[in-house]
Amino acid sequence: MPKTLFEKIWDAHVVSHPPNSPAVLYVDLHLVHEVTSPQAFTELRQRGIKARRPLQTIATMDHSTPTTPRGADGLIPVTDAMAVTQLKTLVDNCHEHGIPVFELGTEKQGIVHVIGPELGLTQPGMTIVCGDSHTSTHGAFGALAFGIGTSEVAHVLATQTLLQNKPLTYEIRVDGQLQDGVTAKDIILAVIANIGIGGGTGHVFEYTGSAIRSLSMEARMTICNMSIEGGARAGLIAPDETTFDYIQGRPHAPQGADWDKAVAYWRTLPSDAGATYDKQLILDANTLAPMITYGTNPGMGMCITECVPDPKQYSDNSQKMALDKALAYMDLQPGQPLLGHKVDVVFVGSCTNSRISDLRLAAQMIKGHRVAEGVRMLVVPGSQTVKRQAEAEGLHKVFVEAGAEWREAGCSMCIAMNGDQLQPGQYAVSTSNRNFEGRQGRGGRTFLASPLTAVASAINGVVTDPRTMVAERAFEVAPA
Amino acid sequence: MEPLKPFSASLVPLPIENIDTDQIIPARYLKVTDKNSLAEGCFTDWRQDPEFVLNNPRYQNGHILVAGHNFGCGSSREHAPWALKAYGFQAVISTYFADIFRNNSLKNGLLPIVVDAETHQALLDLAEEAPEAEVHIDLASQTVTLPNGQKAFFPIDPFSKTCLLEGIDELGYLMKQTPEIEAFEVSHPARVQTLQP
Ligand code: SF4
Repeated sequence: MPKTLFEKIWDAHVVSHPPNSPAVLYVDLHLVHEVTSPQAFTELRQRGIKARRPLQTIATMDHSTPTTPRGADGLIPVTDAMAVTQLKTLVDNCHEHGIPVFELGTEKQGIVHVIGPELGLTQPGMTIVCGDSHTSTHGAFGALAFGIGTSEVAHVLATQTLLQNKPLTYEIRVDGQLQDGVTAKDIILAVIANIGIGGGTGHVFEYTGSAIRSLSMEARMTICNMSIEGGARAGLIAPDETTFDYIQGRPHAPQGADWDKAVAYWRTLPSDAGATYDKQLILDANTLAPMITYGTNPGMGMCITECVPDPKQYSDNSQKMALDKALAYMDLQPGQPLLGHKVDVVFVGSCTNSRISDLRLAAQMIKGHRVAEGVRMLVVPGSQTVKRQAEAEGLHKVFVEAGAEWREAGCSMCIAMNGDQLQPGQYAVSTSNRNFEGRQGRGGRTFLASPLTAVASAINGVVTDPRTMVAERAFEVAPA
Repeated sequence: MEPLKPFSASLVPLPIENIDTDQIIPARYLKVTDKNSLAEGCFTDWRQDPEFVLNNPRYQNGHILVAGHNFGCGSSREHAPWALKAYGFQAVISTYFADIFRNNSLKNGLLPIVVDAETHQALLDLAEEAPEAEVHIDLASQTVTLPNGQKAFFPIDPFSKTCLLEGIDELGYLMKQTPEIEAFEVSHPARVQTLQP
């Protein structure tokens, strides 16, 4: 029987399948952060259990960490007492169990889904979990990666396994070529607008097609990152030469003979010819335009040139109520265009779009321009490694000269736990992944978009179609 | 975990679709390191609106939330079921739940009950007409019973059902798999080591 990529990884990780029980699935890599782990460690402590595989586990700090500049002592000051406790709890827990932890401001600290790939820990064919729904990001390498709850974090710490029912599969095929000014972010926003935020529930996505194959690894991560916004816990892309090139030479990548062995195995992973999926969606990359969201979930998205839909179009009452509520929250009218809508804040960052290629693109777009009067623009690198690389390339200077803030690494305004947040009523164009009510600060209003759209909007102070500006600018690298 | 017994409770209607976990418990409440202090944060931003259902005196005694389609989407935070439980909810009824929320709820004895659209509407009508009316929930027979005797069956995977009914703790269950896990590890060497190479 021909198998899909998902089925190959799943089958290789089933430890046992007791009768009347879900499968016991082995976890190769467990990522941990400060917000969803403390109660799991407490659970282990209460039972007198030690972490089973501390060296298949890695911890970082990202959610509640400030991104404000370092003090004279070279340290990033944490002023929120609860955050101080949470960060210290993580360090204590990791030390107790022998789990490596990247503390705030240290060389390799960063957003959990940025550091796994950049360190070469994320590899094809692995199972990867984290108490964080955007663990789907790592699927870009052809790893089965998904978010879990805190009870399950305890399960993995204690046993390196999880009880899992086998999900269904969903092929998302994108063929063709993206137009200038259209990026991976627009592909995934279009997918979610198409199927809705519950459309992939119970499924694992596999993104296929020529448009996906031609994307860089970092662009693939942007796509897999937002699989959960389509309801799927995991999204996969088959590994290929692009994948191997990205991994080779990274700190945790296999070396020498191990490398050859690993690549030989990775080449066996792509879905077999004739393998079938439970569901399928086909999109044409040639016809995609820059996307933007108008509502309060990532499925409420449209082409940037379209107008806000009318709740009256829904016959279903609960759908109508949801859109009514969303438009009231966003203070938008049915039929209104978003182009030209005022913007207060622009956020470039998050595990969706804070990697070096995102920052290069943003810098190219803003170079020679200034952030519009009255607009606050934050650029938050995904990790300390990304930050150092960007500074080595001088990107930080481009941002600062344009009037943007250049920050330390972390989740920042994606989740607004650390003081980086919108004020009530403010509008943001954000490169992050969620536009839920209050997500970027209580009363704040989010338009999700690509880094190109975000920067174009920062320059004009209003929502702007990046294609109008990309045309004038000579890009050294193709938007990816 | 305590075995889950049959119970009766009245309803709180919240028929909005795609209610995400950021609404159930906003991120600023996630700086806690325990599970018990989350009642205050439960739907806290929506509760600022005096018209919101949780502020409606008619529904003060409700312990079963009847929510719109795809409840609990978004973040994987288990703080969502912890907050709902701390606030006093024993079950959530919807036509559809997001995967991670459903898993998290089952692990905390907060029943995620999926019913068809017709039953869902009947429950919303009941809550509207008779806020004090109680429905009866029996996990063993997988049924929700309305005061007029109307019964609706709800699906649940057999393993979760057994765990909830018998108070079986999943971590304990997994620990008993240790011999199988050891055998697996012998034949499947670790793919990466997270210590600095
Ligand atoms: S950047 Fe945002 S979505 Fe990503 S891990 Fe951090 S909080 Fe979650």
